[in-house]
Amino acid sequence: MFKLRATILKDVQILTRDKVGLIFMFAMPIILAIVITATQNSTFELVNKNKVPMLLCSKDKGEPGKQLVNAIEKSGMFDVKKVDANETATQIADRMHKKDALIAIIIPEDFSDKIKAKARSTAAKALKNFGLGEDSTGVLNDSLQPITFMYHPVLQQSFRQSIQSSLRGALQMVQTKQVIEQMYFDVNEKQLPDTLENEFARNDIGINEVPVSRDGSKSIPTATQHNVPAWTIFAMFFIVISMGSSIVREKLNGSFIRLKTLPTNYLIALASKQFTYLTVTLLQAAVIFAIGIYLFPFLGLPKLDLPADLFGLFLVSFMCGLCAVSFATCIGVYAQTQEQCNGIGSVSIVLLAAIGGLLVPSFAMPASFQPVIKLSPLHWCLEAYYGLFLEGGSLKDIVANILPLLGITVFIQLLALYGLKRKNLI
Amino acid sequence: MNDAAVSIQGLGFRYPGQAADCFSNLSLTIHAGERFGLFGPNGAGKTTLMSCMTGLLEYQQGSIRLAGHEAKHHRKSVNSIFGFVPQDFSFYQELTPMENLAFFGAWSGLQKDKIKKRSLELLEVLGLSDVKDKQVQKFSGGMKRRVNLAIGVIHEPSILFLDEPTVGVDVHSRQAIINYLRSLNDKGTTLIYTSHQLSEAEGLCETIAMIDAGKILVHDSLNKLLDEHKEDGLEGLFISLTGKSIRNE
Repeated sequence: MFKLRATILKDVQILTRDKVGLIFMFAMPIILAIVITATQNSTFELVNKNKVPMLLCSKDKGEPGKQLVNAIEKSGMFDVKKVDANETATQIADRMHKKDALIAIIIPEDFSDKIKAKARSTAAKALKNFGLGEDSTGVLNDSLQPITFMYHPVLQQSFRQSIQSSLRGALQMVQTKQVIEQMYFDVNEKQLPDTLENEFARNDIGINEVPVSRDGSKSIPTATQHNVPAWTIFAMFFIVISMGSSIVREKLNGSFIRLKTLPTNYLIALASKQFTYLTVTLLQAAVIFAIGIYLFPFLGLPKLDLPADLFGLFLVSFMCGLCAVSFATCIGVYAQTQEQCNGIGSVSIVLLAAIGGLLVPSFAMPASFQPVIKLSPLHWCLEAYYGLFLEGGSLKDIVANILPLLGITVFIQLLALYGLKRKNLI
Repeated sequence: MNDAAVSIQGLGFRYPGQAADCFSNLSLTIHAGERFGLFGPNGAGKTTLMSCMTGLLEYQQGSIRLAGHEAKHHRKSVNSIFGFVPQDFSFYQELTPMENLAFFGAWSGLQKDKIKKRSLELLEVLGLSDVKDKQVQKFSGGMKRRVNLAIGVIHEPSILFLDEPTVGVDVHSRQAIINYLRSLNDKGTTLIYTSHQLSEAEGLCETIAMIDAGKILVHDSLNKLLDEHKEDGLEGLFISLTGKSIRNE
């Protein structure tokens, strides 16, 4: 025990004197957590709270065209800036290059005529089906000309899709309104009364968001609840750079030669390193969580809410840390140079993070990737944390995530031991 | 003086993947209390033989007994018998001499009080008391060599292996190291030393072995070998036994 204590003391002394290493282990993940959370939070707010600047050029003079403009304005998603109907697509593009707006909509000249014709055709078909008339319009050969959606290339696909959904909603509303008006006219031979029109247009049914939490909580998860656990795991595993390098450095410099000639097993050195760095990973988690709780509100970010099951949180953090130090040990044992260790270590962590769902949600990955996802220890760490932070679960709810994590950890440890034995180090 | 500190019988060693043996049926006995020097040109097998004796390399044939104990089968218990001062700086540069001695002392099997007592003694004798709490990475080459030596002897080994213990140091540090080694030997420690500093070795070693191409060329007292080969110094004896051609590793 005295040997282990002396070795831990040595490792702590070396670690605390490596200022750059400490900054790398603590400051970098904190910055990462703040930056990513702030970015995701502002993206969320841009879509949901702020308005996207839009140039709107309507070349159409008809009522449906005006209804569409009105629907876009009322959607609440856009800050609409109308431009002259005579402006060309090139001129609008020039405005966008000057960052007047990130998106632009051009409504074609015959938009109203075409949409009315389509409404007449649809209404006639519907009435014929109801047995109230004949379809006298025949087949409508002239298809609707699309409206043009121009966007700045910096706009990401997911963001564009969100805008397109909103536009489709507005278009659908105009089209439906036209069909109803036409059907009413065909049946009653008079215009749809405003009161009835408003009744049709009114959207009475809201959407009630209900997060399916295990503890019955109805609080909506924020960018902080998503990001802080994910980047804590990333920080823990990035310890591979510091710890792996420490093992490689010890192997390469003369101290290792002396250690091999002393009456003590090298496993004590590894046990000490694992204990020391496991403590570091737990400190990392504590610091990042504390920053989520106390600093984020000052930065205008949502506060981190800790799960109710604090023992579960500790156990998951402990298991993540243990897996991270096991992985670092394995890389350190097999790497022959510090360059190898740093390169393999950092690239493998980014890869494991990517397939583990830290960078892109794992449910969004292709089906062919799904079996691979389960091989990443970071996936199980994330699932366990999400079980506590997002689903409001307790330890019993995340045992199914901890057991595979434990299995992977044991496998990595055995792999490291095999490497040590093969290299005659133990 | 007549008990064997190191007894090598029929040693056979070959590096993995190499066609030829480094040693084949090599035998050598070093008596307890001797100041023994192992010399030879580059690539002769000095470091390999020392690595086999200290357990850094695992030999395939024969036996090496340290103070009567077969090294191969009792590696860790045999390790407490000897000390090793490698050519490379074998310590943690980020730590102070006291911290290094505390760690290596524990790994050598000493208890806390003993480590502290021995550390202070050693640092005093080797002229490092003033810098005992400063990080070793700021030390000169000579100071680092003395730290390297202090760590190797903290557990008061009965056999001390020294691989180029004074390479790259100034006269004062070299003198301090050699004097300390002599004092250790006076107290009964067997010194097994290898170096290319032949004039220094001549002043330290009483018995030598000359090795080349994995074979012991001569092994006897230095004075007797000088008389036999009619040489007045170790350098002359070295050249007369190993030739003048330049060796690559």
